[in-house]
Amino acid sequence: MNYIPHTKEEVKEMLKTIGVHSVEDLFSDINEELRAKSFNLPKGKSEFEVKEYLEKLSQKNNLSLISFLGGGFYDHYIPAVVDALVSRSEFYTAYTPYQSECSQGTLQTIYEYQTAICALTDMEVANASLYDGGTSLFEGLMMAYRIKGRNKFIIDGSLNPIYQKMLFTYTENLPFEIVRTPYHIGQVEREKIYQNLDEETAAVILQNPNFFGTIDDYTDIVEHAHSVGALVIISVYPISLGLIKTPGEMGADIVTGEGQSLGIPLSFGGPYLGFLACKEEFVRKMPGRIVGATVDKEGKRGFVLTLQVREQHIRRQKATSNICTNSALCALRALIFLSVLGKNGFIELSKLNYDKSEFAKRVFKEISGIDVLNTPTFNEFTIRLPMDANEIVKKMTKKGFVPGLPLGKFFKDMKNYLLITVTEKRKKEEILKFAEELNNAINL
Amino acid sequence: MKGGDKMDIRENLLYTKEHEWIKIEGNLGTIGISDYAQSSLGDVTFVELPKIGNEIKQFEPFASVESVKAVSDIYAPMSGKIIKINEKLSTSPELINQSPYEKGWIAVIEISDEKEKENLMPYSEYKKYLDELLK
Repeated sequence: MNYIPHTKEEVKEMLKTIGVHSVEDLFSDINEELRAKSFNLPKGKSEFEVKEYLEKLSQKNNLSLISFLGGGFYDHYIPAVVDALVSRSEFYTAYTPYQSECSQGTLQTIYEYQTAICALTDMEVANASLYDGGTSLFEGLMMAYRIKGRNKFIIDGSLNPIYQKMLFTYTENLPFEIVRTPYHIGQVEREKIYQNLDEETAAVILQNPNFFGTIDDYTDIVEHAHSVGALVIISVYPISLGLIKTPGEMGADIVTGEGQSLGIPLSFGGPYLGFLACKEEFVRKMPGRIVGATVDKEGKRGFVLTLQVREQHIRRQKATSNICTNSALCALRALIFLSVLGKNGFIELSKLNYDKSEFAKRVFKEISGIDVLNTPTFNEFTIRLPMDANEIVKKMTKKGFVPGLPLGKFFKDMKNYLLITVTEKRKKEEILKFAEELNNAINL
Repeated sequence: MKGGDKMDIRENLLYTKEHEWIKIEGNLGTIGISDYAQSSLGDVTFVELPKIGNEIKQFEPFASVESVKAVSDIYAPMSGKIIKINEKLSTSPELINQSPYEKGWIAVIEISDEKEKENLMPYSEYKKYLDELLK
């Protein structure tokens, strides 16, 4: 089947109307040598063949492995209600709610999502969501640039290395100076930040917990940054906020993060969810869509896309950002997830993650040859092995475990280091069995 | 929008093609937008003011006005240094609609090059320019 739903006659008619002879003529402005001769696409397949192909492909996934893998994306339980509600066609097939008259349901869920993100981070305003944690951090950086008109940034080297790469890639052709402090498993080394912090600095960019799992209280860094007129952007792991100090409490100006852990399944490449919140004074510098509450002419409460004149469909090249979309369905998943848990349930979830991770740390400390790094953590921590972490991954996978993320993948001098995550899904028996197999892998 | 004959144009001001006005008093210039500009924008909801001390350049944007329809840049009628801004606009942006030539002024600059006023339109020329626009 042709995916372009026009008959040959319709195509002919359209071409005739605009005065060209063939579809090929539409490309006449492109030099013939530069035009693709073929796209090397295989022949079309039937539904049956496609289904068979995809089923085979999906069998390559190993769904029975017990995961201790994190590093930015986490294996949390997703209550069935999330899928049940989000797959309702009212949500699933809805388009951009430009027309508020017929999009009240969608707009209300986005508004509530924004409210939930504000409550979670202790910030004043949140946007309707972005693509993922990395893009939202980049958008946070651009916001700071627009607010301050300064182009120097200090980023902590212990930020998620994928985010770091994204920040450098996105800003490569912009006149920015980005100072990166050396990475460090423990809490942020203040002096490394302060020696670069000056009145040219637009923002200091931090992450909590950092990539190695270490939690920190950045209140003092925020104070220092503010004293030279710089902002502080903190990227957070939302599940941790039920337990540890929130970025709002630390005085952060802009908060971003990856929302995958809030009810979005792990999948290679997404779709995921970026969240972004800030102080109200910066709302006009905020990228993307924002939903606001208002009243209609009869005084009834309603919702609309607000502050749209900053966006590119109206302000064109002078728009606040090129982002003109949001991840509405993923944001809805996050909202349902948070609503189902409720305030107390969320705190409980956060505690479960912490407690299980602390339990695992205690157990692993007993294994000879392993060094559990001694820093305060939430549900993720770094261990040093007496061998290349990749070897352990290979051995442990055979035993039914994904043991964690080998840090040598990102940091050359950390070949023997493994980043381990313990979520609420990991049972005590699994942790003990994991420790036993880890001990065997190292010491037998 | 009001018809051309109903537009309020002031005689003692100089105008740009983008509908900003400047009132020159000694080496100081008070800047705002014309009645035509405020009426085309519709209800102003937010004014992004420049910072005191900023150097601005003739015909380059230095502030912006947000209405329900659009965000529009405000262009500097003359070059100079911002020495005063109308703080009242942060809480009452509607002053631009209500009183574009008095209470709705945006900023005062220290003019750096008086000769630049030759690039601006006096009352009669601006009136003609508007008549053309509104034809």
